[in-house]
Amino acid sequence: MTWTKNVLRVNLTTGTCTAEPLKMEWAQQYLGQRGLATKYLVAETDPKVDPLSPENKMIFATGPLTGTPTATGGRYSVITKGPLTGTIACSNSGGYFGAELKFAGWDMVIFEGRSPKPVYLLIEDDQAKLLDAAHLWGKTCWETEETIKKHHQDPQIRVASIGRTGENGVLFAGIVNDLHRAAGRSGVGAVMGSKNLKAVAVRGTKTDAYRPADPDAFAKAVAAGKVILAANGVTGQGLPTYGTQVLVNVINESGAFPTRNGRDIQFEGARAISGEAMHEKRPTDGKANLLTNSACFGCTIGCGRISKMDPNHFSIKDKPQYRGASAGVEYEAAWALGAATGVADLETLTYANFLCNEDGMDPITLGSTIGAAMELYELGILTKEETGLEMPFGSAEAVVKLAEWTATGEGFGKVIALGSKRLCAKYGRPELSMSVKGQEFPAYDGRGLQGMALEYATSNRGACHVRGYMVSPEVLGIPVKMDPEATEGKAPMLKAFQDLTAVVDSAGICLFTTFAWSATDIQSQIQAACVGDWSLEKLLLMGERIWNLEREYNNAAGFTAKDDTLPPRMLTEPAKTGPHKGKVAELGKMLPEYYQVRGWTPEGVPTPETLVRLGL
Amino acid sequence: MKATLKLFATLSKYLPAEARKTSCIDLELATGTTLLELIAQYRIPPDLCALMLVNGVFIPPGDRVTRILSEGDTVAIWPPVGGG
Repeated sequence: MTWTKNVLRVNLTTGTCTAEPLKMEWAQQYLGQRGLATKYLVAETDPKVDPLSPENKMIFATGPLTGTPTATGGRYSVITKGPLTGTIACSNSGGYFGAELKFAGWDMVIFEGRSPKPVYLLIEDDQAKLLDAAHLWGKTCWETEETIKKHHQDPQIRVASIGRTGENGVLFAGIVNDLHRAAGRSGVGAVMGSKNLKAVAVRGTKTDAYRPADPDAFAKAVAAGKVILAANGVTGQGLPTYGTQVLVNVINESGAFPTRNGRDIQFEGARAISGEAMHEKRPTDGKANLLTNSACFGCTIGCGRISKMDPNHFSIKDKPQYRGASAGVEYEAAWALGAATGVADLETLTYANFLCNEDGMDPITLGSTIGAAMELYELGILTKEETGLEMPFGSAEAVVKLAEWTATGEGFGKVIALGSKRLCAKYGRPELSMSVKGQEFPAYDGRGLQGMALEYATSNRGACHVRGYMVSPEVLGIPVKMDPEATEGKAPMLKAFQDLTAVVDSAGICLFTTFAWSATDIQSQIQAACVGDWSLEKLLLMGERIWNLEREYNNAAGFTAKDDTLPPRMLTEPAKTGPHKGKVAELGKMLPEYYQVRGWTPEGVPTPETLVRLGL
Repeated sequence: MKATLKLFATLSKYLPAEARKTSCIDLELATGTTLLELIAQYRIPPDLCALMLVNGVFIPPGDRVTRILSEGDTVAIWPPVGGG
């Protein structure tokens, strides 16, 4: 259906739901999802707004390929100002919710204001209404989804909800849809909670609304795309078999696996928490952690992990509700909950990951924040009296307890809920937060991968790996191999990756397609689906436009070039082991060139010429 | 000379059964053994060796024929993989 051309505006303060036409002139400039919703957010809100105030807005947005037969065409994003960072936030999720929103006939839903009491939004095709959520408040995402489906007697309703973390203002609360897919990063769930919005429930039946601009060309482009994904070693075999978790050993062997809050760069327990380990029979019960893989709407890759825990593991001995199959750890979660904390027990990580899905927590920030707290504990700055438990690096018990407390809002979990930047500042050691602009960096160490260092420093939503993914050229050799230690050539490559990623995130498809699809493979599907000229040149210019629009928003919010930096540990403490032993992140060698290739001033501000060239 | 071979993901099956749990085996190699000769020794199809590291450093496909292994080297090999 590409664009439905319908926007649903929900004013939570007044309780009204209003349909309005999509601004097609903006759609032609920003495509959809990340780009288009950013344009709406920038046009409608003050960048200096308090993220948790009624004046902030939150947009659920699909792309034109969401809900179409395009492989992986099931994505949606949540765009708002993020409370963890104060930057623009854009969190992308898979599952089936995004396609259902499209089938109901909506490109996006804009939430504004704050409801005086807890509510949830029910969308049934054209009909949308806010319903009382008093009975849902205090429930987990899993309970909320089940309760809504039962209440409306419709198992096919798709639900995106917040757990107790979103209600409690955990600054890295996510929004969970379809039980275990999540708009996970930057605290978008806390924004939803601040609006007293518990859930969005959607049932869409407009399957006849799918109308690509050129149906024959679209069918051919989609079929060709699926053949490429199936034939590619990464998307056809690697990801379905091992998931993203296959990277644990790759990145650890490459010497870029941040360990124990970045004290180390390689983890001796990596093998035990890897994708390979998930396949192996446990000595305790003779069963493997991994049951099978899973896929989101329209996906022909199927990288998702479905796991079943050892029922006798200490974390769930008295909790039978966690003994069933649920979403297992993926690479970032395994790293954060494991290597960043020094815990090499796959079952512990699986349990903590279940909790992240159950109550809506970003496992990257959760694990990284626990890792930072563990370092403070080892330094004697935090004590057992203060935290309520012993928490040295490597303590599986501490990871379990802190994940539980953060989910439920108890004890020291209230401090973990702040994220590592605020936690470390609270105890007088701000430099121990492994974050950029307040968001924790994920599972790659910038001392080993210089391009990733530059990527973390310049990402518009704080440290992030899916705003460019320089791991591809620096480790995997996709599309070309680059020396991970080199600083030369990283700035232009990163710019190209960032701009292309903005296109992918605005189309409604999954970033993982780019392991196999070229920009041209994506362009041919967008061109056939969407009315208008969608040449590769126009798309890449659009990606650059989106990047600069986000940057302008952050600059207006008060961010400057001084925020484009890394934790001191990355810049001054050399890697202790591995192929990059002795290296630090050489950001100073790359950042000026990056500003230059972006057409920004040395202060990191887009020049007037750049803004004119991009139509901003 | 001593060296270590690590085979990951679907390449694990080319390791002896007892080594699969660790993905790793210690080797005694003849001096002058090249990467390509090592791959052949373990009957690993070269076209499945998408990513090869020696001591954590990437070895371009074109260098595998000529790269001679040294005492204490660790070779790690993967089929096509990706993630994020």
